[in-house]
Amino acid sequence: MAMPAISQQFVIELAVAVPLIGAVLIWMLRERPNQREAVSLVTAGILFALVASLLPGVLNGDRPTAVLWETLPGLPIALRVEPLGLLFALVASFLWIATTIYSIGYMRGHREGNQTRFYVYFAIALSSTMGIAFAANMFTLFVFYEVLTLSTYPLVTHAGTEEARRGGRVYLGVLLGTSIGFLFLAIVWTWSVAGTLDFREGGILRDTVSPPVIGILFALYVFGIGKAAIMPFHRWLPAAMVAPTPVSALLHAVAVVKAGVFTVLKVSIYLFGIDVLAEISVTGWLAYLAGVTILIASLVALAQDNLKLRLAYSTVSQLSYVILGALLANPLAVVGGAMHIAMHAFGKITLFFCAGAILVATHKTRVSEMRGLGRTMPFTMAAFFIGSLSVIGLPPMGGLWSKWYLALGTLEAGQIGLLVVLMLSSLLSLAYLLPIPILAFFGTPDKDLPSDGIKEAPPACVAALLLTALGCLALFVFPEPLYQLTSLIISK
Amino acid sequence: MTAHLPVLQVVIPLVSAPICMLLRRGRLAWGFTLVVSWVVLGVAILLLDRTLAEGILSYAIGNWAAPWGIEYRVDAVGAFVILIVASVGAIVLPFAHASVRHEIPDDRISLFYTCYLLCLTGLLGIVVTGDAFNLFVFLEISSLSSYVLISLGTDRRALTAAFQYLVMGTIGATFILIGVGWLYMMTGTLNMADLAQRLPEVADTRTIRAAFAFLTVGISLKLALFPLHLWLPNAYTYAPSAVSTFLAATATKVAIYVLLRFFFTVFGAEYSLGAMPLAEILMVLALTATLVASLVAVFQEDIKRMLAYSSVAQIGYIILAISFASVTGLTAGIIHLFNHALMKGALFMAMGCIFLRLGSVHIRDMEGIGKRMPFTMAAFVIGGLSLIGVPMTAGFISKWYLVQATLEEGLWLIAVLILVGSLIAVAYIWRVVEVAYFRAPAQRSHEVKEAPVSMLVPTWILIAANIYFGVDTSLTFGVARTSAESLLGMGG
Repeated sequence: MAMPAISQQFVIELAVAVPLIGAVLIWMLRERPNQREAVSLVTAGILFALVASLLPGVLNGDRPTAVLWETLPGLPIALRVEPLGLLFALVASFLWIATTIYSIGYMRGHREGNQTRFYVYFAIALSSTMGIAFAANMFTLFVFYEVLTLSTYPLVTHAGTEEARRGGRVYLGVLLGTSIGFLFLAIVWTWSVAGTLDFREGGILRDTVSPPVIGILFALYVFGIGKAAIMPFHRWLPAAMVAPTPVSALLHAVAVVKAGVFTVLKVSIYLFGIDVLAEISVTGWLAYLAGVTILIASLVALAQDNLKLRLAYSTVSQLSYVILGALLANPLAVVGGAMHIAMHAFGKITLFFCAGAILVATHKTRVSEMRGLGRTMPFTMAAFFIGSLSVIGLPPMGGLWSKWYLALGTLEAGQIGLLVVLMLSSLLSLAYLLPIPILAFFGTPDKDLPSDGIKEAPPACVAALLLTALGCLALFVFPEPLYQLTSLIISK
Repeated sequence: MTAHLPVLQVVIPLVSAPICMLLRRGRLAWGFTLVVSWVVLGVAILLLDRTLAEGILSYAIGNWAAPWGIEYRVDAVGAFVILIVASVGAIVLPFAHASVRHEIPDDRISLFYTCYLLCLTGLLGIVVTGDAFNLFVFLEISSLSSYVLISLGTDRRALTAAFQYLVMGTIGATFILIGVGWLYMMTGTLNMADLAQRLPEVADTRTIRAAFAFLTVGISLKLALFPLHLWLPNAYTYAPSAVSTFLAATATKVAIYVLLRFFFTVFGAEYSLGAMPLAEILMVLALTATLVASLVAVFQEDIKRMLAYSSVAQIGYIILAISFASVTGLTAGIIHLFNHALMKGALFMAMGCIFLRLGSVHIRDMEGIGKRMPFTMAAFVIGGLSLIGVPMTAGFISKWYLVQATLEEGLWLIAVLILVGSLIAVAYIWRVVEVAYFRAPAQRSHEVKEAPVSMLVPTWILIAANIYFGVDTSLTFGVARTSAESLLGMGG
């Protein structure tokens, strides 16, 4: 990058600060929509450039650190870049660019109100996502985790309707409930037994308490991180689908949910250490629970007619892949889980973009109404096809690689049952995703569908969804950088 | 000059009160009280500064040496509580101007401010004095003046509320007086430091035990420990807004200070919590308070009453922390003493703003108020988040230490119950948020404007303090820790 003069420490601080500055500017430009959206876009671009500039250093083994301030003695708000966090930050900040382009088309095309509020809270959510990605200790991570929950609440309830209010209630209830009830308790408990909350290679809990206690503590973490949506704490994600589609796309397919599974990985690797996890029996039970979540959520997805709900349940299922990666507690599975954060993000965001584009262009939300839609919206449906393949895990899409490593991980752990779960789930996702583009292209259109000519969504929407669909392809052809980054996580 | 600080702290407001009575014009009385309260705050800051530098400050009234004369004695915890009282007293006054003119007839305004100054005198005197009987006198000064202040509320039910408080408060004061009397009978001294010296000799007598029991019950009544809290909800609901704010943030805090003083300085932790199973009794009562009062708060229609019940619950947290009699426990209690003053002050102020504009704080009348009074409601939301204990707010720090103290005792079940209480807080705060933001504004609220700047600024100062003390805890934690150590007879 062209900013060698800026120290890396400053770059991390900027990564959290830039979206906040953007939020203030967006609010100041609330009377001028064009400039406001330009600020959003430029902020997203700068953020991605900042995060990307950290990549070469991290690949070379740098771990830049920044201590912001000390809130409680021994518990500073501090940032530290390590490979897993950088991966998450890269994905989130890149997809923010795509989502901003998309939002401009969507919010205007759909004539949504309160657009300034929308962009402001979006930027705040991204700032807290960066905070989560770069958190140097569990305390910092928790602070940003809660800020993310609260800053996305106004986005989920954007419509302000009775339905939005109910959805928001479930959203906040589950996320705050699990984080205050379990996660907070787990963190204070960890602090009182380990005397530190720093993320360290190999974990901080070795030889502090007996294995059963470690097991209880770990279960508190896994259930407390409600954003990872492991059953029975997944209800908030379908509830959040009342939000405008860009929110569902970036936040509820990428930033928020990935913050959840990212935290699970981070806790497993850097607080407990995968060696410690491999020794305790709770991990096995939780792995089965993740397997159950994968299957049940896939089956529920199959039964949904509302497209966004179907995608939401698919996300619940796919998130447990990453959790499984952590719970299998071996290097291959961890690499697979970490890669799945990126792979699933690109695939699922494409699908959500398509769902939104269909809504804007035709006002259709139900799968059963999308028959023959491929003729009027060929680009959207083609992108949907690509995204589906990636989520299913078929070549030539990036989703293949992460599932490959996860499958190897199950073999390594000797968990044939879980391998079968992975295969079954792929088949199920095939069943709930692929019929949509196939029927769109080859089915006979409904009568009320304009059959003559192409009538696509606004160009900004189409551009964004093509961009992410290309991303799925690119990740298949060039998985190398991603693999390098993820393999650094466990090479210590 | 600085040697006289302890006595100036009390004499300034005491002498000002009759002068204020002579200023018949409301505006003049307000201006005078404002100046006095800011001078009092200045003295309080100097006092805390000196105590932290020099340890305990002792002042002999009229140069009569202790234990024969009355000694004023200020240590870290005392100076900290004085700072709480004085700063709330100073911040409430700019707020009071518009609010009091709206709620109280012109010819009573100077009476109001006179009582306000007397109440301030009483509360400060309780903390400053080192003499048990003198403490009772100041307690009566503050109580009697607060009965008058409450009875000045616009609602006629304020009169019965004040009467109820008068009866209950007098019973409490009588219990305290009986307790002090027996202590004097057995030891021949009223000076608290002297009492602490002489009590161990006679500690095993029935008289001292009875005195201790009377004191405990009397003080518990004053601090509204469940089930002796019955006076509080009515008093806070029907009092003028400025009075609710002032009393909620200070009166019960000072009563808790008295409890700390008697338990730890006069009787000593071992006797207070060890000789009888009082620690267990307090723990059970405190937990019941947090859970029952929080649940009751969820069902209140009047939001001031809801906040009052929430206060009963929060007092439960403080008493719970104190009952552990550990350094972390007392630190948590003292931090929450301060933080709770900040959040309840801010929340009651927001209610004062709404009462000014709507003439009611009934939840039914607050529909859609978020659009009409955005700054007031934003303050309510942030204050509410602090009450819930969301990171980056003062409430989070309190909760952190409270849970840490509980886990240190190995009482993880109680830690869970604390967090359940915090989740119930989400329920009652969010009920208001949903009504204020998701309902269409009522027809008659069309002319409702934002509250005047003179009320918004104090409210937001407290909100800023809520955030500041959630981010930088060097003052609160430092002082609370020093206080806790000195109360337990360690360190200084």
